[in-house]
Amino acid sequence: MSVLSSILVDGFSYGMILFMISVGLSVTMGLMRVINLAHGGFALLGGAAAHWLTTIAGIGYFIAVPLAVLLTVAIAIAMERVLYRKIYYFSELQQVLATIGITFLIIASVNYSFGSTILAIKVPDVFRTSIDLGFRTLPVHRLVVIVAGLLIAAGLYFMLERTRFGIQLRAAVDNRDMAASLGINTVRIYALSFGLGAGLAALGGILGAELLPVEAYYPLRYMVLFLVVVAVGGLGSIAGSFFAAIALGIIDTAARYIVPEYGTIFFFIAMMLVLTLRPRGLLGRE
Amino acid sequence: MTKSISTSRVGNNAAMGLALDVLLISAGIAAYFLFPDNLGFLTRVLIMIIMVLSLDLVLGYAGIATLGHAALFGTGAYAAGLFAVYISGDPLLGLGVGAAAGGVIAFFSGLILMRAHGLTLLMLSIAVAQVLQEIVNKERPVTGGSDGLQGIDMDPVLGIFAFDFFGRTGYWYALIVLFVVFFFLKIVVASPFGLAARGIQESAPRMRAIGTPVYWRLVGIYTLAGAVAGIAGALSAQVTELVSLDALGFTLSAEALIMLILGGLGRLYGAFFGTIIFMTVHHTAASIDPFNWLFVIGALVLLVVYFVPEGLLGLPEKLRKHLRWGG
Amino acid sequence: MSVGLEVENLNMNFGGIVVARDINFDLRPGDRKALIGPNGAGKTTFANLLTGILTPSSGTIRLDGQDIGHLKESRRVKAGVAKTFQITTLFKRMSVRENIRLPVLERRGESRNWFGRADANAEVEDEIDTLLTQFNLQPSAEVQVQDLAYGQQRLVEMALTLALKPRILILDEPSAGVPSSDSHVVTEAIERLPEDLSVLIIEHDMKLVFKVANTIVVLVDGAILTEGTPAEISKDQQVRDLYLGARHGR
Repeated sequence: MSVLSSILVDGFSYGMILFMISVGLSVTMGLMRVINLAHGGFALLGGAAAHWLTTIAGIGYFIAVPLAVLLTVAIAIAMERVLYRKIYYFSELQQVLATIGITFLIIASVNYSFGSTILAIKVPDVFRTSIDLGFRTLPVHRLVVIVAGLLIAAGLYFMLERTRFGIQLRAAVDNRDMAASLGINTVRIYALSFGLGAGLAALGGILGAELLPVEAYYPLRYMVLFLVVVAVGGLGSIAGSFFAAIALGIIDTAARYIVPEYGTIFFFIAMMLVLTLRPRGLLGRE
Repeated sequence: MTKSISTSRVGNNAAMGLALDVLLISAGIAAYFLFPDNLGFLTRVLIMIIMVLSLDLVLGYAGIATLGHAALFGTGAYAAGLFAVYISGDPLLGLGVGAAAGGVIAFFSGLILMRAHGLTLLMLSIAVAQVLQEIVNKERPVTGGSDGLQGIDMDPVLGIFAFDFFGRTGYWYALIVLFVVFFFLKIVVASPFGLAARGIQESAPRMRAIGTPVYWRLVGIYTLAGAVAGIAGALSAQVTELVSLDALGFTLSAEALIMLILGGLGRLYGAFFGTIIFMTVHHTAASIDPFNWLFVIGALVLLVVYFVPEGLLGLPEKLRKHLRWGG
Repeated sequence: MSVGLEVENLNMNFGGIVVARDINFDLRPGDRKALIGPNGAGKTTFANLLTGILTPSSGTIRLDGQDIGHLKESRRVKAGVAKTFQITTLFKRMSVRENIRLPVLERRGESRNWFGRADANAEVEDEIDTLLTQFNLQPSAEVQVQDLAYGQQRLVEMALTLALKPRILILDEPSAGVPSSDSHVVTEAIERLPEDLSVLIIEHDMKLVFKVANTIVVLVDGAILTEGTPAEISKDQQVRDLYLGARHGR
C-alpha cells in the first residue's frame, strides 16, 4: 500500500515536471511542425539562470524564479526571430540537425559560463520540510511541483478554451494556412507560443532540478525523455502531453521502485507499444 | 540531347568515380606515413566512415530518417567484443559475428521501424537504441555495464599480423575492411536493389503501384545497413579492445547523421568527406580547448544546415545549376 | 473461362457514405472504355477498388475468372492490373530511362538482386528503348523527370505503367494538367496502345473521351447510370441533363 502510494505520488510529480517541460515542445511541433531537439535547452537555461540568481547573486527564490523564467523567455524569443523562423521551412532532417546544432551551442554556453558540474538551485528552507498526508509524508518541494503542474495545466486549458489567443492558437495548429487566410497573425502566434513554451520549460527545469539535476549536458541527456512525452501524447495536443507525462512518469517511477535494475527500459517499451499501435500518439489527430 | 552525349556523360561520371576511388585509397595509404603518431585517431575515422556509409544506405538511398543508428553499431561492437572475450579472438570471425548481430538486430527492429514515418520513426529508432543500451547496462556481469566491456584480447589478423601498441596493424586492418565494404556498397547501390531503394525514397506510393513490396524492401535495406554498421562496431571493439555504453548512445547516432549531411547524402563519397572533416574539426577543437570544443561543433552544424544543406559534395552540382540558369 | 476483368455487385461504404453502389462492370481485351461522371461521382474510388488500394465492402472482382478481390495492390499489379496516377508521383529526381527501368526490373522479378548493375541487362534496356520510342521519349531519355514539361511527364507516366505489361490498364485522368496545346500528344499515345490491351480511361476532357473510347460508362453517386457507345451517350437525355447538359449550357 505504501509502495503503491509512493509510486503514485512520486510518479505524478515526476509527470508534472515532464509535462511542464514538454508541453511547449508539443505546441511547437504541432503548430510549427518543427522537431525542436533543443527544447530541453530552455529548461537548462532557466535552471542555470536560477542557479546564478539564487547562489551567486543571492536573490531570494521567489524573485529569482520568475526572473529566470522571464530571462529564458527573452532569450527564446530572440532565438525564434534569428534562428527558428528559418527552421520552420526546413525539411524534417534539416530541422533535426539545426536543432542539434543549437543544442550544442546552448550546452557549450552553459559549460563556458558555469562549468560542467551540477548547478544547485538554492530553495527556501520550507521546501525541505515535509507535511503529513496521513498515509505518508510528502516533501513540500514535491507538493509545490504537483500544485504548479496542475495550475499550469488548468491555466493552459483556460487559455486555449477561453481566450482569443487560445482560439487563434488552436486554429493555427489545426490548419495554419487556413488560419493565416482568416487574418490571424501566425507570425505573432508562433513567437508567443514559442516564448510561452520556453518559459514553461524553464519553470519545469527549475522545479524539477531535484529529479533532473541541472548541468550543462542536460538538454542532450533528457532530450529523448521530452520527445517521448510529445510523441506519445500526440503532436500539438496539450491534453495528450498532460496524460502522457503522467502515465510515463508513473510507469518510470514504478519500474524504479519494483525492478530498479531495469532502469528506464519500461519507459521506452511503453512508448514503443503506444507508437506502434497509435503512430500519431494517444491524442494525436489522424 | 542525343543519346551519345548522354552516354559520354555517364562515362565521364564513371571515370570521375574511378579517379576519386584511387585518390581515396592513396589518401588512406599516405595518411599512415604522414601522421604516424595519430594512427589511433585515424583508425577511429576509418571506422566511423563505415558507420556513416551504412547510414547513407538507409537515409541517402532509401530515405529512411532515423536517429538510432548507434543501435546497429553498438550491437555489432558488443557482439564482437563478447565473442572475443568468451569464444575466440580471431578478428575476421569477430567481424562476421558483428555483421551478423547488426543485421539480426536491424531486421527485427526494422519490422517495427519500417512501418513508421517522420517523427514517430525518429522516436522509435531512438527508443530501440536506448532499450539496448539499458539492457547492456543492466547485464553488468556479462557486459561490464557502465564500466565498458573489457578483457578483449585479439589474435593476430589471419594469424600473421598481431595488433601492436602503436595501432599500425589496426590501421591497415580498418583501412582494408573500409574499402572492401565501400566497393561492396558501390555494387549494391548500382544494382536493381539499389535503384529500387532510391525509387522508394522518391515515391513510395508509386513503388507500391508497380508491384514492389515496399515494406519488405525497406526491411531488407535496413538489415543490410545493420550488417555494415555491425562491422564498424566490431572493428571498433577489436581495434580499441574496449566497448563502452557510448557505442549505443544517442550522441553517436546524431554525430553520424551530422557527418553524413556535412558530406552529402546518397553518394557514398559523402561519408568519406563528411566524416573526415567533422572528426578532424572535432579532434582539433577538443585538443585546443577540451572544455569548449562544442561551440565549434555546434557552429559547424548550423553553418552546414543553413548554408550548404545539400552537403559539401552537393556544391558542384548546385554551382552548375546556378551557372546554367544564370547563363 | 471468361477472359478479361469482371466486376459483380461491387459495394463500398465509407463511414456511412456509399461511394460504390452495386456496380456491375466488365472490361474485355481490346476494349477502350471511358468512365465519366460529375466530380465526386466515385470514379477514382472505383479505380482504387480495381487496383486494390481500397477494399470493397462486398462484391467480387475477377480477372480471367480468378477472384482477385482479396489480393493486395502489389499482387494485383503482378496479376496484370495497372493504373496510372491522377497526380503524378513519378520518380522526379531520376531520369526518364530510370523511371521506366524500375517497373521493368520489378516485373522481371529482378529488384531483389543486390549484385549486377541495374543498367547492364540488355533485354531490360531493349525493352526500355522500345517503350521510349513508342512514346517519343527517346530524345529526353536521360533528362530528369522534374525538368520535363507536364505533357511529357504524362507520357512517362503511361510508359512506366505499360512497362508492367498489364492486361488491364486504367488511365486516371491522363490529360490532367496538360495544356490543351499538348493534349494531342496524350491522345496519340492512347491511340498507339497495344490493340489487345483492355483500357479504362477516367477523364474529364470529353474531347479526348469521344476520340479514344468505344464505350462510355456514366457513373453518378457511386452507381452506373448508363453505358453505351459515344453516339448513344451523347444522345442520352439523362446524361445530357446530368452531365453534358451542364457543359453545353456554358
